[in-house]
Amino acid sequence: MIRIANGQGFWGDWLEAPVRLVEDGPIDYLVLDYLAEITMSILQKQKQENPNLGYARDFPPLIGRIAKMMRDRNVKVIANAGGVNPIACAREVRALAPNLKVAVVLGDDVYGRIDEFLAQGHEMRSMDTGEPLSTIRGSILSANAYIGAFPLARALDTNADVVIAGRSTDTALALAPMVHRFEWKPDQWDRLAAGTIAGHIVECGSQCTGGNCQVDWQSIPDFADIGYPIIEAEPDGTFAITKHPGTGGRVNCDTIKEQLLYELGDPRNYITPDCVADFTSIRLSRAGTDRVRVTGITGGPRTGMLKLSIAYSWGWKAIGTLVYTAPQALEKARKADEIVRERLRQLGLSFDEIYTEYFGVNACHGPAAPVCAEPPEVQVRIGVRGTDRKAVDRFTRELVPLVLSGPPTATGFGDGRPPVREVVAYWPALIPRELIETRVEVIE
Amino acid sequence: MRVPLSQIAHARSGDKGDTANVGIIALNERHFPILVREVTPDRVKAHFGELVKGKVERFELPNLGALNFLLHESLGGGGTLSLRIDAQGKTLGAGLLRMEVDVNEGEL
Repeated sequence: MIRIANGQGFWGDWLEAPVRLVEDGPIDYLVLDYLAEITMSILQKQKQENPNLGYARDFPPLIGRIAKMMRDRNVKVIANAGGVNPIACAREVRALAPNLKVAVVLGDDVYGRIDEFLAQGHEMRSMDTGEPLSTIRGSILSANAYIGAFPLARALDTNADVVIAGRSTDTALALAPMVHRFEWKPDQWDRLAAGTIAGHIVECGSQCTGGNCQVDWQSIPDFADIGYPIIEAEPDGTFAITKHPGTGGRVNCDTIKEQLLYELGDPRNYITPDCVADFTSIRLSRAGTDRVRVTGITGGPRTGMLKLSIAYSWGWKAIGTLVYTAPQALEKARKADEIVRERLRQLGLSFDEIYTEYFGVNACHGPAAPVCAEPPEVQVRIGVRGTDRKAVDRFTRELVPLVLSGPPTATGFGDGRPPVREVVAYWPALIPRELIETRVEVIE
Repeated sequence: MRVPLSQIAHARSGDKGDTANVGIIALNERHFPILVREVTPDRVKAHFGELVKGKVERFELPNLGALNFLLHESLGGGGTLSLRIDAQGKTLGAGLLRMEVDVNEGEL
C-alpha cells in the first residue's frame, strides 16, 4: 500500500495544507495541483516579460520549507507547478532545497508548434463551438497538451524527490505514483481507471474531506484545521480515502459522493490521457471513522487524441456595483440599471453583452430563487463585455454618478470606477496523441 | 405530498466552459427512484428558467444513488467570459435542491 496525499486543490489554496500533510502523519507522495485552464496564459505572459518566470511561484518556497521533512520521512512531491517554464521552476527549487533531486517533464508546451500543426492540416477546432483554430490564430497566448500519468511515472523512475510538470491533468498527479510503484501498464485499463478516479476524488483537496459538503455541514468538526485527503492505494486498483487522525473535516460516503459528481460529464466516459473511466462502476463502503473504501472500478482504453488547452485574448470586460437599501431596494436597483443602459445607448456604445443581476435577490439561483417581497438591501451588479476597450472603459464611468443623480439610498460604490480587465478565453481542442512527445530531464 | 428535494437529496455543482454540471445524490439510497422519476431534464430546465439557454442532459449513477445533469449554455459564456457572480455554477446544486417533488407517503 502507498499513501498519496493532495495538498493543493488549485493555485491559491491553503498554504499550510501541504506542510501539515507532511508533518501530521505518514505519507509517501504529496501531489499539488496548481493549474486552472486560464492559468497557463497568465504564466505565458509572465515568461514573455521575464524568461525566468512562468511557473507557480508559491511552489519553490513551499519545497524549501518542507525539504528537510521530505528527506527525513521519504516523501516525494509531484506537482504541475512548472506552468510554461518547468525548468526555471526546477532551478528555483534546487536553489532553495539543494539536497533534493528534481526531475521535470517537458513536451506539453506546444505554443511554438501551432503553425506546424496547422500546416499539417490539424484544424484544432474548438470542442465548444466547432470553429477552426485559424479564426483566432493571431490572438493565441498559450497552448498546452494535457499529458497523463505515464510521463510523470517515468520522472519518478529517476528516483527524483520532486517531479515538476507543466500541463499534466489533475488526475495524473495522483495516478503517477501508482503507475511507478505498481508497474501498471498502459493496457491495464481497470487499474488506470481506478487510479484516475482516486485522483478525481482528491484533486480539489479538502472538497472531499468535508469542505463544501452539504450534508449536515454544521456538524463537520474544525474547518480551521481541516485535513486534506490521502489515498491509500493498493496494487490491485482498490483504494481507501482518508485523512490524518486528529485533523478537522470529515470523510464518509456523502463527502466522497459529492466530490465524485463534481465537474462530471458523461459518467461512463470520463476521458483522460491514460484511460476512459466508468464512474457507474464505483463501489463505496465505509471502512471506519473518516475512511471510505473504493472498489469495483472498471475502465476502457485511452483514446488516440490528447486535449489541448489553448488560451487566447478575447477582449475586455468590467463589472460595477451599487447598493440600495429598503424601502423599495429592488425597485431602485432596477431603475439604476435602466438609467445606466439608457446612458450607454445615448453614447452609442455597443457591447457583446450587458448583464445585470441583483445580488441579495436572485443573482445565483435565478428564477429558482424564492421571491422576497421586501429585501432590506440589494446590490445591482452590471457587467459589460466587448472587444472595444474604449467602450468598456467608458462604461466604468457610468455607475458612480448615480449616487447623486439617481434613485435614493445608493451606496457601496467601493473604490469608484470598477477596473477594466482583459478577457482571456479558453479554446479546448484535440490533437493526435503521437504528435506530443514528452521527455524527462533531471536538474542537477 | 410535495417535499423540497433538499429533504431527500444533497448536491454538488461545477463548470466545464459554458456548461454547468449539477449532481444530485439521494441522502438515502432507497429514495433514488424518486429522483429518477421526478427530476427529469424538462423539469430541471423549467426550474432554472432563463438561466439555462441550452438543453439539459441527464445521466444516471445508480451505484451512487445519484443523477448528473449537464446544463448547457447556463454560465453566461463560461470561464472568464462570464459576467455572472456565480460564473462557475457553484451554487446551482443548492438551487436545484429548492425544487419541490411529489412523493407518496410510503416512499419516505
